[in-house]
Amino acid sequence: MTESNYDEIMQLLCDRLRDLASTDVLITPETNLINQLSIDSIKLLNLIMEIEDTFDISIPINALTDVQTVGELVDLVHKIKTTSS
Amino acid sequence: MNLLEKLDAAAAARKALLPNGIGAFGIPIEEVFSATEARIGDRRVLLMGTNNYLGLTFDPECIRAAHEAIDKEGTGTTGSRMANGSYFGHRALEREFADFYQCSSGIVFTTGYQANLGTISGLVGPGDTVLIDGDSHASIFDGCILSGADIIRFKHNDMVDMEKRLRRLGDSAETTLIIAEGIYSMLGDQAPLSDIVQLKNKYGGILLLDEAHSLGVLGKTGQGLVEATGLLDEVDFITGTFSKSLCSIGGFCVSNHPQLEQLRYVSHPYIFTASPSPATIASTRAALELLRKGTHLRDKLWSNCQQLYSQLKEIGYQLGPDPGPVIAAVVETPQQALLLWQQLLEHNIYVNLILPPAAPEGKSLVRCSVNAAHTAEQIGYVGDTFAKLYKMINVSS
Repeated sequence: MTESNYDEIMQLLCDRLRDLASTDVLITPETNLINQLSIDSIKLLNLIMEIEDTFDISIPINALTDVQTVGELVDLVHKIKTTSS
Repeated sequence: MNLLEKLDAAAAARKALLPNGIGAFGIPIEEVFSATEARIGDRRVLLMGTNNYLGLTFDPECIRAAHEAIDKEGTGTTGSRMANGSYFGHRALEREFADFYQCSSGIVFTTGYQANLGTISGLVGPGDTVLIDGDSHASIFDGCILSGADIIRFKHNDMVDMEKRLRRLGDSAETTLIIAEGIYSMLGDQAPLSDIVQLKNKYGGILLLDEAHSLGVLGKTGQGLVEATGLLDEVDFITGTFSKSLCSIGGFCVSNHPQLEQLRYVSHPYIFTASPSPATIASTRAALELLRKGTHLRDKLWSNCQQLYSQLKEIGYQLGPDPGPVIAAVVETPQQALLLWQQLLEHNIYVNLILPPAAPEGKSLVRCSVNAAHTAEQIGYVGDTFAKLYKMINVSS
């Protein structure tokens, strides 16, 4: 695990979430995807497909059950990316 | 926010979306007159939003079979298939489905939803993978969740995207269950089955095809997409429902894999529910026989589908790519969809309203379901009404 990889994922996700969010909220690792960004289930599933393509990884949808915040999503992507490379 | 407040918030969001159209979902049907007409409130309406594709809901043979079964076997089985709920009719229907699909075995479930839930959760589990289309029906998605398998989605009917995801799975592609649908319920388009089979054969995996909307509709004898494409032997498991072309309620799975039988002992949605009532089984058996020899019904259905699809297309409505019994007009906003739905009801036409996030890509749908019992005049009236409303809908956007 490298810090730069983690930061890169965080930056990329924050950029995409800013585009998708229906509200103008400052996005931090603690930001809640549903309550604060109003990301509905379909938007989230489509975002996961985008992330899979960007990093050439597979992210099982069921792994999202433990994801509520931006930081948790970044952790998940980073973990899968690290183990698959 | 407590549990009940969460539900209040969801109700408020629904009311905000549909200030004048709360009744659009779960509309009360007061009386049903035929396969094409019913009463909603004080209106006699034309039913254009049912899944009664072959128009058999009032078929005399199906009704007679159901009456006889009630008289002979009572109103319900009061038990699971695992216990006292496997009557002669249940086993006969399983044999008939297996025979219809030239398979070694078949299983009957209590609903179509449970057929997918029970088959998927019986076939895969934690450590396995399911690869599903992005527009999969909720029964498929819920079955995957129940299974505990890793769920990967590919873009709807996009074979480049599907291959990319299969490739990424590497060795685990071999323990992957790939799931597609004969006809998708939102836009009425068909799965590119030939391409899916090619990819399955290239990467490994097992293929399940849900023929819920295509049973009775596609293929010479109505088997569905497997028959229309000649790929019956390439599909490992076929599921389907009784609640569309077969006009009752229930579901099935057939396969040539002997392991299907094992599902009877591991699949909770099969075991922990009461079996279908004798009347349901009897009318389904009668309807399956009619479906198999129902070429004339399919001819009439497709003539109706072509008539409505081409008329709506000509008017300018954006439709799904394939003509078929599911014909959905795609509009940009929920407000446009609601207005169109309400105006159709004002003209005594009942259709389905589908709003985000249920509709794909954030669009909204006004969905018609065509059946074989519709007359050319009824279809013409629906088309003419859509034409009359086209300008109003587009001006309002």
